[in-house]
Amino acid sequence: MNPFRRHPVIQIATLLVYIFLYAPIVVLILYSFNASRANVTFEGFIPRVSNRVEMQGSLVKASPCGAFHWFCELSKNRDVVNAAGNTLKIAFTSTILSTIIGTMAALALQRYEFKLKPFSQLSLYIPIVIPEIVMGIGILTLFSQLFGLLNGWFGLTGGARLSLGLGTVIVSHIAFSIPFVTLVVQARLQGFDKSFEEAAMDLGANEWTTFRRVTLPMILPGILSGGLLAFTLSLDDFVITFFTNGPGSTTLPIYVYGLLRRIITPQVNALSTVWILTVFIAVLLLQLIQNREQKQN
Amino acid sequence: MLQRLRENKSAQGTLLALPTILWMFVLLIIPLLLTLVISFGRRTADGGVIFTFTLENYTRLLGYDTSCDTGASACFNPLYMQILGRSLSLAFNTTVWVIALAYPLAYFIARANPKRRNTFLFLVLIPLWTNFVIRVYAWMMLLRKEGAINIILGSIAHLLHIPFQPLEMLYTPGAVLVGMIYEFLPFMILPIYTSLEKIDLSLYEAAADLGANGIKTFLRVTLPLSMPGVVAGTILVFIPVMGTFIVSDILGGRQVILVGNLIQRQFLDARDPTFGSAASLILMIMTLIVTYFYTRKFGFGEEIVVA
Amino acid sequence: MAHEFAVELRDVVKQFVTPEGNLLNAVDHVTMQIKNGEFFSMLGSSGCGKTTSLRMIAGFEWPTGGEVYIEGEAMGHTPPFLRKVNTVFQSYALFQHMTVYQNVAFGLEMEGADKNEIEKRVKRALEMVQLTGMERRRPKQLSGGQQQRVAVARALVKVPDVLLLDEPLGALDLKLRKEMQLELKALQQQLGITFVYVTHDQEEAMTMSDRIAVMSKGKVQQMGTPVEIYERPANRFVADFIGESNFLEGRLKSLSAKEACVVVPQLNAELTGIPVSHGLAVGEEVTVSIRPEKVHIAEKGMSQNTFKGKVTNTVYIGTDTHVFTDVHGKSIKVFEQNRISRLDPGSFYTVGQQVILVMMPENVLILKKD
Repeated sequence: MNPFRRHPVIQIATLLVYIFLYAPIVVLILYSFNASRANVTFEGFIPRVSNRVEMQGSLVKASPCGAFHWFCELSKNRDVVNAAGNTLKIAFTSTILSTIIGTMAALALQRYEFKLKPFSQLSLYIPIVIPEIVMGIGILTLFSQLFGLLNGWFGLTGGARLSLGLGTVIVSHIAFSIPFVTLVVQARLQGFDKSFEEAAMDLGANEWTTFRRVTLPMILPGILSGGLLAFTLSLDDFVITFFTNGPGSTTLPIYVYGLLRRIITPQVNALSTVWILTVFIAVLLLQLIQNREQKQN
Repeated sequence: MLQRLRENKSAQGTLLALPTILWMFVLLIIPLLLTLVISFGRRTADGGVIFTFTLENYTRLLGYDTSCDTGASACFNPLYMQILGRSLSLAFNTTVWVIALAYPLAYFIARANPKRRNTFLFLVLIPLWTNFVIRVYAWMMLLRKEGAINIILGSIAHLLHIPFQPLEMLYTPGAVLVGMIYEFLPFMILPIYTSLEKIDLSLYEAAADLGANGIKTFLRVTLPLSMPGVVAGTILVFIPVMGTFIVSDILGGRQVILVGNLIQRQFLDARDPTFGSAASLILMIMTLIVTYFYTRKFGFGEEIVVA
Repeated sequence: MAHEFAVELRDVVKQFVTPEGNLLNAVDHVTMQIKNGEFFSMLGSSGCGKTTSLRMIAGFEWPTGGEVYIEGEAMGHTPPFLRKVNTVFQSYALFQHMTVYQNVAFGLEMEGADKNEIEKRVKRALEMVQLTGMERRRPKQLSGGQQQRVAVARALVKVPDVLLLDEPLGALDLKLRKEMQLELKALQQQLGITFVYVTHDQEEAMTMSDRIAVMSKGKVQQMGTPVEIYERPANRFVADFIGESNFLEGRLKSLSAKEACVVVPQLNAELTGIPVSHGLAVGEEVTVSIRPEKVHIAEKGMSQNTFKGKVTNTVYIGTDTHVFTDVHGKSIKVFEQNRISRLDPGSFYTVGQQVILVMMPENVLILKKD
C-alpha cells in the first residue's frame, strides 16, 4: 500500500549505501593477500608455494603458505597472540562480573524502592550520554592519583608497584558494561508476572530457592542478551582500554592502532580479515541457534 | 536476622543494587569529580598535578594566552575555541549526512518483505561488529594517494583520456568527515528502522482513504512517526563524534585536531592533565547541554534504544 | 491437630497508599472464622477486599492491623513457604519451563521427600484431577481447563491444612466452568480439606459453598450459608447483590418478634412482613425487600399485601418469564416460572394487562435503612 516502496530513488539510494558500507571491507580483505609487503598498491596475489619466503625488493615472490602468506606470519606473531589472549581474558572476566552485578541492579530497580534508587538510575544513565573519552580520562586520572598515593605510602617499587594493567582494564570494562546489562535485563523484567514467584513460595520454596528454580530460568534469555552485549562491548572497546591499559595488557584494537602508527604490512589486513570472519561466523551461529530455538517452540 | 531482612523491602533493594552503586560511584562519579578538581589545578613539570584553585586552564581554553608573539603580556589565542567549534560543526555535519544516508536504507528495509528484513538488517550489522579501528584503517587504504579510489578514478580517467592527478584525500577534513559518517551510519539506521517498522500499516491506508498522495503521506504521517528513531539515532551519533579521536588521528593526521585529540594529547604527549581535564569537562558539559535541549524538543526516543 | 477453626481473621486491616497519596483500607476491620473441613467462599465485586484477604492468609501480604490465625496459630509475618496453606492462582502460575510432572512435584521437592514417594504422590494427585498420562507435557501444550487442573493438583499434592483458590475458574468458558465447579466441590468433600474460595460470581459461590462471606469496600456485609444469605439478607447491599430484589421504602408501624407492619407511601398501602435486621424500632424508616420470584400474580387477592398492577413489559427467559409491572407508579418485578409449556403468545402476559399481585408476609423482608 505504501507508495514509496518501489520508488527507484529509494532502491538506488539503498544500493549505494550498502556499497558504501561494504567497499572498504572488501578492499581490506583483498589487500590481505597482497604480494607487496609495503602494502601501498595492490600487486597481485602471491604466486608460488615454496619452502621458504622469497622476496624481490618489497614483493613476496613465493612463500610456504602461498597466497595466505600474511596469515601465516600473523599466526607466528607473538604480540598478536598475546593481544588476542588479553582481549579474550578481559572480555570473559568483565562479562561474567558485569552480568551478575547488572542483573542484581535490574532486579533492584524494577522491584524495589530504596533511598539510593535515584542515584543508581542517574549513575547508570550517565555513561550512556557522555563521550567515552570523558570517562576514560577520568578513570585514568583516578588510577594515576590513587596508585601514586598508594605507591608512595607503602613504598612500593619494582614489581610490587601498582600500575595500569589487566586489572585496571577489566575493572573499567565492568564499569561501562553494567549500565547496558541493567538496561537489557530491566526491559526483560518488565513483563514478568510475580505470581510465578508467589506460587513457588506458596509451595514451600524460600526466597533463594524461588529465585534459583523459577525466576532465574525465566529471565535467563534477558540475562544472556545482556551478557552478550557486555561481551561485545568489551571485545570491541578502544577508548577506555586505551587510557587504562599498561604494558602486558594490550588488547587487539590497541595493538592494531599501534601498528597503524608504525609500519603497515598486509599483516594488519590479515588480522582484520580474521577478525571479520570470526565475527561473521559467530553471528551466523548465533542466528542459527536462535532459529532452531524458535522452531522448537 | 534473616526475617528482619525479609521484612525490610527497602534494605533488600539497596543490597541488590549495592555492587552497582559502589562500582559506578568509584569508577564514574569519583573520576568525574576528580576531573573537575584537577581542572582547577596546575601541572607540575613531570606531568603531575598541583592541587590548587586557578581558572588558568579555562581561560586558556577560551583564548586567553600569556605567551604572545607581539610581546604583549596577554592576547587572544583562538586555537582552542576553534577546536571546539570544529568539533561541534563536524558532529553536526556528520549527523546530517548520516540521517540523509540512513533514512532511505532504513525505509527500504522497513518496507521490505518481512522474510528478507532480517537478512538486510544482518548486512547492516556486520560492518558494525568488525572493530572500530579496523574500519578506520579500511578507509585509510581507500583514501590514500595510491589507494583504491584513486586507482579506480585513474583508470576511468585513463579510459576517457583525461589527464589525472591522484587526489589528496587523506589527511584532510573531508577524510575525517567520511570516516565519521562510515563509523556511525549503522547507529542511525537501526533506530530509524525500528520506529518505521512500528508504524501500523493501516495508517497509510487511512491517509490514502482521506486523500493524501505519496509525498503528503510521507511528510504528514511517516516522517513524524519516525522521529523517535531519528532522535535516538542522533544521540547515538552526535555524542560519540564529539569525543572520538581515532578517526581524526588516523584519517586526519596532524592536520585535523578535534576536542578528542586535544584531550588525548594533553594526557599523553603534552602531559598536562589539568588542561586536559578542563577540556574534557567542557566537552562533557557541551554534550550534556546539546542533549538536554535536543531531548527537550524532540523527546528521548528511549523506547527505540531498548529495541 | 485440627483446631476448631482452620482459619481465623481477627479485626484484620490492610492499608495501602493510593497513587494520589491517600490512605485506603483495602481490608477494613474484617473478622471471620472458617471452620475445619468447610467450603468457604468470599464473594464480592472487584476491589471489595476478598483477594487481599486471601493473600494475607497465604502470606503474600502482611496485615497492617489485626491478626491472621491458621489452625489456632498466629501467623504474624511468617512467609508463605512456612505456612501449611497452598494457593491455586487465578492465572494458574504454572512453571512454563517445567513439565506437568515437575510442576506438581515441585512442592514435594521443597519438603525434601525422596524420589519414590514423590512419584507415588504425583501420580495419585494427577489421577485425582483426571490428568493421568500428561506428566511429560509442558503447560503451553495444555488447554485452559487442563492447566487449571494441574494447578489444583500441584497445590493439593502437599495435603495442606487449607487450600486457597483465587477465582480459579475465571478464564474458562461457561460449560467448562460449571463442570469444574462440581468437580472441585466433589474433591473437597472427598478430601475433607478446608477450601477458601474467592469469586465475584454469586451463582458459583452459592453452588459450591457451605458458607459465604459477602464483602464490599473492605468490610464483611454478611456471613452465612447460601440459604441464610439469600433468604435473610442482612442489609440492602446483600439483598441487592445476591439475586434480585424489589426495594420499597417505608416507616415501621408495628413490630413483634415474628411480624412487622410497614407503611409504604410508594404503594399507598401497608405491608405485613417479617423483621430481618436486628434492633428495629417502631417509627423507624426502613427498607422493604421482596424477591421477584416471591411476588405472585394471582386470580384473586388476599386480605393483606395485595395490589393491582399494570403490565409494562415481559421478557421470556425460557425457565421463567420476567414480568415488569407498574403499581401506583412504582415498578415491581415479578419472576414467574414457566410451569406449562405453551407457544401461544396470547397466553403470556400482554403489555397493559391488569394483574393482581400478592406477596406472602413471610416473603416480605424488612431491613434497616442504610
